[in-house]
Amino acid sequence: MSNADTPEADLLTDAVAPAIQLKGISKAFGPVQANKNISISVKPGTIHGIIGENGAGKSTLMSILYGFYKADSGQILINGAETQIPDSQAAIRAGIGMVFQHFKLVQNFTVLENIILGAEDGPLLRPSLNKARGVLKQLAEEYELNVDPDAVVEHLDVGHQQRVEILKALYRQADILILDEPTGVLTPAEADHLFRILENLRKEGKTIILITHKLREIMDATDTVSVMRRGEMTATVQTSETSPERLAEMMVGRKVLLQVKKTPAEPAGPILEVENLRHVDEQGVERLKGISLDVRGGEILGIAGVAGNGQSDLLEVLGGYAEGTGTIRVRGKEIDLTGRHSDGQSRRADGIAHVPEDRHREGLIMPFTAWENMIFGYHRDPGIQSGPLMDNAAIKTEAAAKMERFDVRPPDPRLAARNFSGGNQQKIVLAREIERNPDILLVGQPTRGVDIGAIEFIHQQIIRLRDEGKAILLVSVELDEIFSLSDRIAVMFDGRIMGERVPSETNEQELGLLMAGITDTAHAHVPASPMAMSEAELQKAAVEAPEPTTPEPPAPPPSEAASDTQPSAKAKDAPGKSKDHQEKPRPSESVASLSATLPQSTASVPRQPPPRQDPQESDPNG
Amino acid sequence: MDKMPGWADAVLVPLFSLFLAALLSALVIIGIGEDPIAAFKLMVDGALMRSAGWGYTLYYATNFMFTGLAVAVAFHARLFNIGGEGQAMIGGLGVALACLYIPWPNWYVALVGATVSAAIFGALWALIPAYLQAKRGSHIVITTIMFNFIAAAVLNYILVNQLRPQGAMDPSSAKFPEPTHLPTFQDMFSTSSDQLFRGAPANVTFFVALLACLLVWMLIWRTRLGYEIRAFGHSPSAAQYAGISPIKITVVTMLISGGLAGMMGLNTTMGEAERLVMNATEGAGFIGIAVALMGRSHPLGVLLAALLFGFLYQGGAELALWTDIPRELIVVIQALVILFTGALDNMVRMPLERMFAALRKSERPGDRSARSGPAE
Repeated sequence: MSNADTPEADLLTDAVAPAIQLKGISKAFGPVQANKNISISVKPGTIHGIIGENGAGKSTLMSILYGFYKADSGQILINGAETQIPDSQAAIRAGIGMVFQHFKLVQNFTVLENIILGAEDGPLLRPSLNKARGVLKQLAEEYELNVDPDAVVEHLDVGHQQRVEILKALYRQADILILDEPTGVLTPAEADHLFRILENLRKEGKTIILITHKLREIMDATDTVSVMRRGEMTATVQTSETSPERLAEMMVGRKVLLQVKKTPAEPAGPILEVENLRHVDEQGVERLKGISLDVRGGEILGIAGVAGNGQSDLLEVLGGYAEGTGTIRVRGKEIDLTGRHSDGQSRRADGIAHVPEDRHREGLIMPFTAWENMIFGYHRDPGIQSGPLMDNAAIKTEAAAKMERFDVRPPDPRLAARNFSGGNQQKIVLAREIERNPDILLVGQPTRGVDIGAIEFIHQQIIRLRDEGKAILLVSVELDEIFSLSDRIAVMFDGRIMGERVPSETNEQELGLLMAGITDTAHAHVPASPMAMSEAELQKAAVEAPEPTTPEPPAPPPSEAASDTQPSAKAKDAPGKSKDHQEKPRPSESVASLSATLPQSTASVPRQPPPRQDPQESDPNG
Repeated sequence: MDKMPGWADAVLVPLFSLFLAALLSALVIIGIGEDPIAAFKLMVDGALMRSAGWGYTLYYATNFMFTGLAVAVAFHARLFNIGGEGQAMIGGLGVALACLYIPWPNWYVALVGATVSAAIFGALWALIPAYLQAKRGSHIVITTIMFNFIAAAVLNYILVNQLRPQGAMDPSSAKFPEPTHLPTFQDMFSTSSDQLFRGAPANVTFFVALLACLLVWMLIWRTRLGYEIRAFGHSPSAAQYAGISPIKITVVTMLISGGLAGMMGLNTTMGEAERLVMNATEGAGFIGIAVALMGRSHPLGVLLAALLFGFLYQGGAELALWTDIPRELIVVIQALVILFTGALDNMVRMPLERMFAALRKSERPGDRSARSGPAE
């Protein structure tokens, strides 16, 4: 196609009306223009990707399409006919189904009950349930959408819950399916299955809109892709005619340098030594099953693993806010793991600083100002007291200086934390922890939900601290981030360290197998390409792997927790996509690291109507 | 980007709520065939235009400041202390015991001693619910409400069986000895030619309440403890990360809250009745919740809201005295104010937010795109 950049023109030649056409959609929240004159058209029976950084306006656009927000101006055409979508009921009538990032399921209902909820045929449930059972059976056969109709949703893992969401939409006869960051909560194996389902749906003529920030998913799964930046649609292209590098550039608006520059590590003696560390969580499940590791001064130890295999628990025990047994030594001195001298305060006194995995829940107090957050955890430091009161003036001055050094924008310490963008929030946490000059820095998911520009900076700061001789323990579910930062990599699976590797002497395949719990890599006869691993082999691998962590917790965990308790049977990074995708060239290394670290919405970003929207999404830098 | 300026949130929203409550009250008064404007004038005359009226208004306001501060402090830790009423009763008991059994040399030493006693008694009454919440997870709303009933029963028992003087018929303690009598506003501000605050119960405790407002402000916004209370209130998970003990904060916050509520006993028991009587609190513990809500849990807001409710109480009493508006209807009016300022806050705030958003839009249509950040 010669005119790949103008699908509208392209469509004129086709007789079929686009399944969805948006014309000049604009939407402002107060002074923030979330969508600016957006036009897009999606052909029926295609998978259309929408990609953009956090806050680019993707979710706003889809919310308009699904009737959550009303556009200030513009038109929506469904199958060529102009359609008003004042609410989600209208969207469903127009054949639009939406699968949200955070599922909207009733946790203690069965799958069937969830599916008919809001689509009951009459006052009695029995006929609706029977009808739904039939439809479900048919859908399961057609699209590989197998779910036990009588299972209670809270007992399903996240992948299956997502299938219930898709089934809900299909049960309401959706022809157009919108998926918002569908793989954010999935293990790689679940993600692969999802894409197989989407492919089947597409073959049946459904139109799919896939919102994501992961370039690899766009390249693998979509037919066309639109790039959004700062509320504008910057381009719409055929996926086959673009490249990840080009997409990344369009997303950010400049060439992005993503390879982290670092010199080889010059490690000194061990600063942090951990021996046989165990931790049992509140449900009585053993999360850490005897972890032993050490981190030397001047090196970064990366902990790789699929989310939920004990990495978070390791950080919590090391950070002092979960109890454990075993031995932890800091510079040879043993520290308490239980009791009064085992909390965040005493760990900081021991020289352990901690950038937690979830800055919304742990690292920051969102309504607090930046300067208040700059002393969070260090607020008992006598240095910031003047008499019985806190020396607020001095704290503010110091906070302003730290914000300056860490390039926090805007550098205004009186602004509430929630008013900063994700990247700048993370910089506030990093500034607070690094500037205290700790011996040991624990870092969890340092670039989750962080924009690309900030990722570069954050990585540099972590490496700078390493070069000063500090010991750094990095936990990340992004394998590429682990690869580009770590000097040594330890792989965690099911609460154990499965092995340790040096980045230059290993590859993603080997780590992927370790992450799936397979230690004897020779035995598993690693194929030339991990993508070639068959389903049967993977199943075998999964069977050989130790028992997954949580069988049936006594108290039903929330959906997020459930996602964490499903160790993947497949390697994190084996994109064992079906069919033709394997022929596609593997993205270059720099892009791999890009896709690993592109911003993703963190789980705790609230989705709320605009007047009460958490302003962290609107970057005050403008 | 904030939805509307801070001053609008702090000033406009309560004023609007008040206006709506007044409007509805006026309709109620018209409904029973009275003149709302005359009624309002009577309230203002009775509560604010004479010094004796002020004396009552400030007396009530003093009560509400203590209980309002109590609720406000607890609310910063997201603890809903509904037990101000019971804590104030037990605080009053503390005042009575201190006044009756310790021979104080003069009123200001007695005031200091009684303040400490009131605060300790109130705090201890809050300690049990606090401990149950912190250690056992028993919901503080339920336990504090229950403790109000227990407090009333305990007080009844002690008054009838222990403190009641031989031969007295009513359940109240003996009169406090002379040196513990606090100066009233009449004693403090009247000159030989000009009798001010004649017969009004307002007394020196009002200034203790003002001091309490200042101290609470310092506690919440200027001390480590206040920082930890606020941090814990906003995010218990983050507090845990920082090493702030949830048990310690829950208990300490409730002790402070109970102590403040208990200090209300100074005003009613030591300042006004000069003996311990049943039902000295007269529901002020519950009004404190409305005061804290309306005052946005800020001591200055609490002060202003307490003054407003003091006015409503005194004005209401005047209405009952001089018009045919029944006493019950005055309670209805007071309830309307509580309803609008406390519970229906968002009903007023959201239209105001929209209004400000619209204003902002029309103010700078030109530079909007320049200022706009990416939004999702």
